[in-house]
Amino acid sequence: MSAPRRGDVVTLGPPGPEPTGLGRFGEFGGRFVPETLVPALEELEAEFRRAWMSPEFRLEYAELLAQYAGRPTPVTECHRLSDRLGVRVLLKREDLTHTGSHKINNVLGQALLTKRMGKQRVIAETGAGQHGVATATACALFGLDCIVFMGAVDVERQALNVFRMELLGAEVVPVTSGSATLKDAINDALRDWVASVQSTHYCIGSVVGPHPFPWMVREFQRIVGDEAREQTREILGGGDPDYVVACVGGGSNAMGTFAGFIDTDAALIGVEAGGRGLESGHHGASVSRGVPGALHGARSLYLQDEDGQILEAHSISAGLDYPGVGPEHAALAASGRAEYLSATDAEALEGFQLLSKTEGIVPALEPAHAIGWLMREAGHRVPTDSTVLVTLSGRGDKDAMQVSEMLAGDRKL
Amino acid sequence: MNLESTLRTARDSGRKLLVPYVTGGLGRGWLDVVRAVAAAGADAIEVGIPFSDPVMDGRTIQEASQRALEIGATPSSIIEELTALDAGVPIAVMTYYNPVHHMGHDRFAQRLAAAGIDAAIVPDLPLDELDGWADAADAADVETVLLAAPTTSDVRLQAICARSRGFVYGVALLGITGERKELGVEAGEMGRRLKAVTDLPVLLGLGISTPAQAREAAAAADGVIVGSALVRRLLEGGGPEGAAAFVTELREGLDAG
Repeated sequence: MSAPRRGDVVTLGPPGPEPTGLGRFGEFGGRFVPETLVPALEELEAEFRRAWMSPEFRLEYAELLAQYAGRPTPVTECHRLSDRLGVRVLLKREDLTHTGSHKINNVLGQALLTKRMGKQRVIAETGAGQHGVATATACALFGLDCIVFMGAVDVERQALNVFRMELLGAEVVPVTSGSATLKDAINDALRDWVASVQSTHYCIGSVVGPHPFPWMVREFQRIVGDEAREQTREILGGGDPDYVVACVGGGSNAMGTFAGFIDTDAALIGVEAGGRGLESGHHGASVSRGVPGALHGARSLYLQDEDGQILEAHSISAGLDYPGVGPEHAALAASGRAEYLSATDAEALEGFQLLSKTEGIVPALEPAHAIGWLMREAGHRVPTDSTVLVTLSGRGDKDAMQVSEMLAGDRKL
Repeated sequence: MNLESTLRTARDSGRKLLVPYVTGGLGRGWLDVVRAVAAAGADAIEVGIPFSDPVMDGRTIQEASQRALEIGATPSSIIEELTALDAGVPIAVMTYYNPVHHMGHDRFAQRLAAAGIDAAIVPDLPLDELDGWADAADAADVETVLLAAPTTSDVRLQAICARSRGFVYGVALLGITGERKELGVEAGEMGRRLKAVTDLPVLLGLGISTPAQAREAAAAADGVIVGSALVRRLLEGGGPEGAAAFVTELREGLDAG
């Protein structure tokens, strides 16, 4: 496989490994859902397995990724940032996709499946709004009805994305239950799905949820890692980067990236939301500070109190403001194949500004955590002269207003 | 007498079964509510252990759960308080899987047994994920009630009935808990499908809100579970008397059938 370039046709790599048993990644995963949903998940699993092995489906999906989403996305070498940090930084540019984040890769796949299953209505949850916008986009493209559940807190802090979703014909439902953020949006989407399951597909936006979602979403995102591996090999003259770094909320951009490098020698680093610091209790570091539990259909790592009540997460970025992580990440952490660290709100803000100033690339606040982590660790945990691939999962336009207010001191971190 | 034998005996005497749901820890006097509901004609009582993320529950039980958590209810405190209760009818706790998982299967089962609690209902633990918990529950003599849904296939329905203990919980609609103006067509259909494949007591729950709906649903099954309609009265300040009055109405509605 030669390194993909912009304008090329999209070639999918071979399907990755299936989870074992009933959606298990090690001891994590599974299908912890109300009985009402079990038949729909069985149907989805069967349909996805058939589709993912079908040359016709793969061709149709690859064409959409090329002609609609604008793939392949490039890997950009960051010369000025590299000089600044003393490590060689390469960026996988998911910010350059249509709708401005990696979320489009997954929703196009799920929209095709929705059509195959003969369903007309699609529901989705969203945190930052990127997955909501991507879902609304795919639904507009395929003529599907789209309802997006979004925490009322996020509706306020991501007003631009709310408008974009409505412009695309979606209905945005503000969620006021619980902490009114991403976790609660997933709760309300599940509640809707229990009632609407016969006519509705739930388009989950991350590698979370009951089987088959963590597996399926990883497969729809593995294009990120498969492309990046070939591209970095070309840039590095055949070798792989020393470090592969991506931000982790639920973990879909990281899982898609890691999938492409799992069989290489690259160290895999997931950067979680450190919020106001891990000791503060206000963070979204589910791998670092969570314990095993079952939420939203999967056994994984969750932030919870001593009685098993789920805690509210905190992050400057709505997309990382989730008290759990996908089960495959929990398994990668347990096996030691990937390592999960964190960057604070303040470090993410520094990363946001540094990448903008040194490379002319404004990152979303989510991948700004990966940049912020690298700023802190370059020359320390990441030795000088290392090569580092960072997945830039999305662009920062949506965050510009929020960041400008914060930098002006109008809004506390 | 455990839950199943109690319900079978009542059913076989020709009585329609009534299992009200009460959110555990909802106010200081919640055990008085349980006693009053038992005295008003319940055949067993479902006590909710509140969870932060109740995805099968509508607004009423969400609100009750949140209130109970805010005033300090925990799985341990509710089990502890139930130890002291002698309501004269079997008790089943209903909670989500995470609190069970967090306490540990064996410990949760043993604590229920030690508290004299007969059964557990865990709506996000379907048949396929049941083994770890069910083994622990069986070992502790705690009955695990499984749910069957309108979307469940006939083959699966049989497997659910074979593994369910106490009774089988027929989900009477497509959706989450909460009062409904009318009983959906799914209720009767669910009851008839379950009655055709099992001798276990078949109870229908979700959306059953009035004595008339209870009577109508029970005609296709052995009885009903009523949750949100009762919990709403508690949230509105009805207290033990209000709860007892409503359960008396439900009982009369069922007996009139």
